[in-house]
Amino acid sequence: MTEPVLSIRNLTVEIPTRRGLFKPVQGVSYDIRPGEIRGVVGESGAGKSMTGNAVIGLLDPPARVSEGEIWLNGRRIDQLDAEQKRRIRGGEIAMIFQDPLTSLNPLFTVGEQLVETIQLHLGLSSSEAQSRAIALLDRVRIPNPEERFHQYPHQFSGGMRQRVVIALALCSEPSVIVADEPTTALDVSIQAQVLDLIKELARERQVGVILVTHDMGVIADTTDEVTVMYEGRVVEQGTTSQILGAPTHEYTKSLIAAVPRPQVKLHRFPQVSYGGRETAFKIEDLARNWDRSTASKSGTLVEVKGLTKRFLAKGAILPSQRSYFTAVDDVSFDIKDGEVFGLVGESGSGKSTVARMLATLYPVDGGTVTFDGEEVTGMDAKQLSAYRKQIQMIFQDPFSSLNPRMSVGDIVAEPLVHHKLLSRAEIGPRVRELLDRVGLASDAYRKYPHEFSGGQRQRISIARALATQPRFLICDEPTSALDVSIQAQILNILKDLQEHLGLTMLFISHDLPVVRQMCDRVGVMRQGKLVEVQETSALFEAPKSDYTRELLDLMPRLEQLSEEQIAELRT
Amino acid sequence: MLSFIVKRVGQSVLVLLVTGLVAFSMFTFVGDPIDNMLGQERTMEDVERLRAQLGLDKPFVVQYFRFLEQAAQGNFGISYRQGRPVAEILMERAPATLELAAVSGVLAIVMGIGLGVFTAIRRNGVAANLIMSISLIGVSLPTFLIGILLIYLFSVELGWLPSFGRGETVHIGGWSTGFLTESGLKALILPAITLGLYQMTLIMRLVRSEMLEVLRQDYIRFARARGLGDRVVNFRHALKNTMVPVITVIGLQLGSIIAFAIITETVFQWPGVGLLFINAIQFVDIPVMAAYLMLISVMFVAINLLVDILYAMIDPRLRAAS
Repeated sequence: MTEPVLSIRNLTVEIPTRRGLFKPVQGVSYDIRPGEIRGVVGESGAGKSMTGNAVIGLLDPPARVSEGEIWLNGRRIDQLDAEQKRRIRGGEIAMIFQDPLTSLNPLFTVGEQLVETIQLHLGLSSSEAQSRAIALLDRVRIPNPEERFHQYPHQFSGGMRQRVVIALALCSEPSVIVADEPTTALDVSIQAQVLDLIKELARERQVGVILVTHDMGVIADTTDEVTVMYEGRVVEQGTTSQILGAPTHEYTKSLIAAVPRPQVKLHRFPQVSYGGRETAFKIEDLARNWDRSTASKSGTLVEVKGLTKRFLAKGAILPSQRSYFTAVDDVSFDIKDGEVFGLVGESGSGKSTVARMLATLYPVDGGTVTFDGEEVTGMDAKQLSAYRKQIQMIFQDPFSSLNPRMSVGDIVAEPLVHHKLLSRAEIGPRVRELLDRVGLASDAYRKYPHEFSGGQRQRISIARALATQPRFLICDEPTSALDVSIQAQILNILKDLQEHLGLTMLFISHDLPVVRQMCDRVGVMRQGKLVEVQETSALFEAPKSDYTRELLDLMPRLEQLSEEQIAELRT
Repeated sequence: MLSFIVKRVGQSVLVLLVTGLVAFSMFTFVGDPIDNMLGQERTMEDVERLRAQLGLDKPFVVQYFRFLEQAAQGNFGISYRQGRPVAEILMERAPATLELAAVSGVLAIVMGIGLGVFTAIRRNGVAANLIMSISLIGVSLPTFLIGILLIYLFSVELGWLPSFGRGETVHIGGWSTGFLTESGLKALILPAITLGLYQMTLIMRLVRSEMLEVLRQDYIRFARARGLGDRVVNFRHALKNTMVPVITVIGLQLGSIIAFAIITETVFQWPGVGLLFINAIQFVDIPVMAAYLMLISVMFVAINLLVDILYAMIDPRLRAAS
């Protein structure tokens, strides 16, 4: 056994609050050896990122390390002063953040940011630093590094930016890299590439990696050792195969069991049973008061024919000089009554654009949308208003899709007020009832969105969407921003809505296992085109197109687990 | 980039045509100029003759185009009050206003950005909070009151600085400057502070809030995680991002420094175009008023055009989009 490069001993982080000391990290200990990848897993708020921040010395005051020790290469670093900690940061310990779109400064070229970091830590001349930077870009497999060196971050795709971020982390030959959810914001295919790169670099350069994630699939694919955290404490740690194959703690067991599987379709999403913080979703009450018939005249609620959307890519004064980017290219499908229709594909494949055109948020450039036998594309303002009442949308990010200046009661009431569905006196009770049905406490009415967690906010979005008693619900990546445990709750709510109210849904996701569980039929999109449409089980078992097969192969899986083991964990 | 500039220039020309129309319509709608020019003992023939001579019998549109044509050549007619070409009077007065505006503009930008950055970085410090409180005075007190208070303190009580005028000026070519004499420089101090204070506090507060926003961004966190020092993070990474929105406001504010010089020039009896304009209003000297309006709008439009180009130079994303 080699000596650990980084050793965390009994680490406790505390934040003084008005209600006394809050300890987001309590007595955490783990080691990282050179070339080893340690996964740290748990739901948001479990203290995984806080531990990483403590290691790199970037705790936001007033948070502070109150107990424990951090040793780096045989030197204790938790008691160093700010200046000494700064020298270690980006030097011996480097960091990779979650969102590659925001972690690079938009106003400096990639080269400037690399050279700056290299010069700071290695003291090279600017020409030496430049050739080193280009070598690093080449190492993280960015094509044409000499040319890319002079480009700005916005000229890179998400996956390429994360490679740049990794190159930046490697600038100073670090011995430890803290990677905080490095692939959460990326597509499946890009995620696999980035994880491979991290694995490869860890071996090659003998760097110890702390990989913070909430994704069990990533853990299974990438890590050597796993630390499972729950409410600030380590509940279990060991080798990856040991933790995934024979978890001993109840929380770990339920966490593994809650990961949606692509192999089998279950009636409901298994939830993380440990801790039991779920509030009930009262579907029966909701169904009783639902007075709208959701059935359509012909049995097919939504028909999309030859839908096309072009965006201006390069503006010019002369129309002949302008160039367009075709985001959605001749897409046709239909959605039957009470069906959940899935759209999958990588980011940029046009799935969200389709959703927005159905919701009339974008004008249509070509093709038609027909809703219950009536053509939406040719409607006048009055007809459109009637149409919009019948469709509602649930967005991906529950943090930006609710107006922070409006109270939750006002947010849920807004569609009712806008469409003049109820009198002023009736609105209040109706909103309270809706909030109660989606499982929010009665005091939610007067509160503001920031007082709620991600999962609760998504419930507010659902309440808002249900306010007009819609027939068609468009869900655009409704759970991508949520933890596994919360994701299961929200998805079960959506399933209930579909089953009890007969709601028809368009469900957009890049998460194939989730799509398998949710959808009746699935369309696969690539570069604006619909590649194939199939019944869900057929798609997963016998994909027709090569592209679908490729996507399915890239899914991170918990392969170390057999089906029997999973079944056992679930009981 | 070229099509972006062409588009902006086109918009600027449109703005100038509209302000030109407003300036020109003053001649027609604010009294009849013939009445102003001919005395009590006029005959109908005199009136008709002068009207034809001045082209005032032509349709409005024709008159407007003649006005534009002349204005483009720098000919704004003859001042009713002084009987001299307006362009000549403006040229005499412009240096005073431009020097005053330049000094207060530099003061506002340098101090505003400096203090804004300082109060953002030390946002919980005593000094930063003190500056923020004092800055409220700058925003809330009207310009003329600040001017009068400064005159009272530094001219009347302490007697350090002159209370009015430009002091001695030196003529270089057609330009009279106060920068080269001691009394000229002394005379600049109080009006420059008075004129620039409001803009300075505004810029400072804006820089502060933008900077605080930028400092919360991931790329700043990532810059720190790479081990970059405070100075590099604050002044290289954060400041440049802060400046993107701030530049637009600075552009607008520089324009208003010249426009608002009217009040400061009145308080300090500063012999600039603002004072000229106030006097012109008192005597309904319409050619001067029209010319002043055109001059100010040309400056506003030019500054904003410059700002737009600067904007695109700082932010690579805009360059790509255009």
